[in-house]
Amino acid sequence: MLRVFWCILSRDITLALRRRTDVLTTLFFFVIVVSLFPLGVGTEPALLRELGPGVVWVAALLASLLALERLFAADYLDGTLEQMLLAGQPLSLLILAKVLAHWVLTGLPLVFIAPLMAIQYGLDKAAIWVMMASLAMGTPVLSLLGAFGAALTLGLRGGGILLSLLILPLYVPVLVYGAGAVSVSVIEIADTKPYFSLLGAFLLAALVLAPPASAAALRISME
Amino acid sequence: MLEAEALACRRGDRMLFTGLGFALPAGSLLHVRGRNGSGKTTLLRALCGLLRPDDGSIRWRGEPITELAEDYNRDMLYFGHLNGIKADLSGIENLRIAATLDQDGCADADILAALARLGLAGFEDLPASMLSQGQKRRMALARLILSEAPLWILDEPFTALDTDAVALLEALIAGHVAESGTVVLTTHQPVQLTGGAIQRLDLGSGPSVKPAAGGVRSA
Repeated sequence: MLRVFWCILSRDITLALRRRTDVLTTLFFFVIVVSLFPLGVGTEPALLRELGPGVVWVAALLASLLALERLFAADYLDGTLEQMLLAGQPLSLLILAKVLAHWVLTGLPLVFIAPLMAIQYGLDKAAIWVMMASLAMGTPVLSLLGAFGAALTLGLRGGGILLSLLILPLYVPVLVYGAGAVSVSVIEIADTKPYFSLLGAFLLAALVLAPPASAAALRISME
Repeated sequence: MLEAEALACRRGDRMLFTGLGFALPAGSLLHVRGRNGSGKTTLLRALCGLLRPDDGSIRWRGEPITELAEDYNRDMLYFGHLNGIKADLSGIENLRIAATLDQDGCADADILAALARLGLAGFEDLPASMLSQGQKRRMALARLILSEAPLWILDEPFTALDTDAVALLEALIAGHVAESGTVVLTTHQPVQLTGGAIQRLDLGSGPSVKPAAGGVRSA
């Protein structure tokens, strides 16, 4: 079981590293979207501090969405997805490996680049730590939920737009509590713990529910 | 080993076949024939469980394949129109992944030997995107050599192959049937076996198969 999981994980990461532009596009998209806001709304420090958490989180949401379409599409086109469905392995496990690879390539880099982005918004050190932690907990949820959407819209014409319409509403709770944690951390007496508890709960629920749901969706899409 | 009973499949509004049935014992081959669009690929996809037939049942070793699920998949190898290889990975990487997924415990030496047998010696480390169409097909065929699955489901396996490769594939199929394996395949070319039995199934004209009839449509 573990061997198969590792095999798919390393396969997807190897593939992405051989086609680096795909990974870098997502990252640069994130950087550019976040950097555009200060240019647009002006450089009032108080305003930027207020906007920062929300902007970074919305950009992370969109960046994650950008890469989602490719999660199954490439494998679908060359027939490797078909082989995975027929592999004699639990499909949920294979999907979990693919999602983890997707997160390592698109979610994890955001966690590390977020501090640089936060500096543009004048967030202090404590808020930056909270932002990194909330992204680290929230972005896997985005990947997991996104996999479900990607599986449902696989092979449809205009699937990309449909995917956004389908998945963005599901991202709302993660956005609210992810950005909320950072906003609240700016206030001195505030406690961010409830926010993280909720993000953790989302993560666990998505971890348990998303892979089997995606597997079922994939089987329907492949018919 | 593989039995189908009263199978019916439709694509959109069109009924492809109804009441289709066969029983395939170990050591035999089912040659599915029919004109383009007669539902050969649909039948094969139903047989490997990718597609749920609208009616009827498929059993493997006496049990419905829907209940066997992953156990059935382990016993079955499907080779479709798509090669199922990643263009950015080399032959050896592709086959290593395929072997892990199918849980065929084969070492790198086995993979290299299989590739060499298919005339791909020296191409093992090249990404598949550098290979020609026929070479990619050969690379995908190496899975047949490595696989331990008793049931092979092959959809037009001879496309894009040159005469050498066709002869080799014929030998592989005949060898598999002789070792009491089971093969279902679609092809437009004649099939010959050295041992084992051949069953033929003609889609779109055979007695067990009726073309789109008005009565079947109402569900």
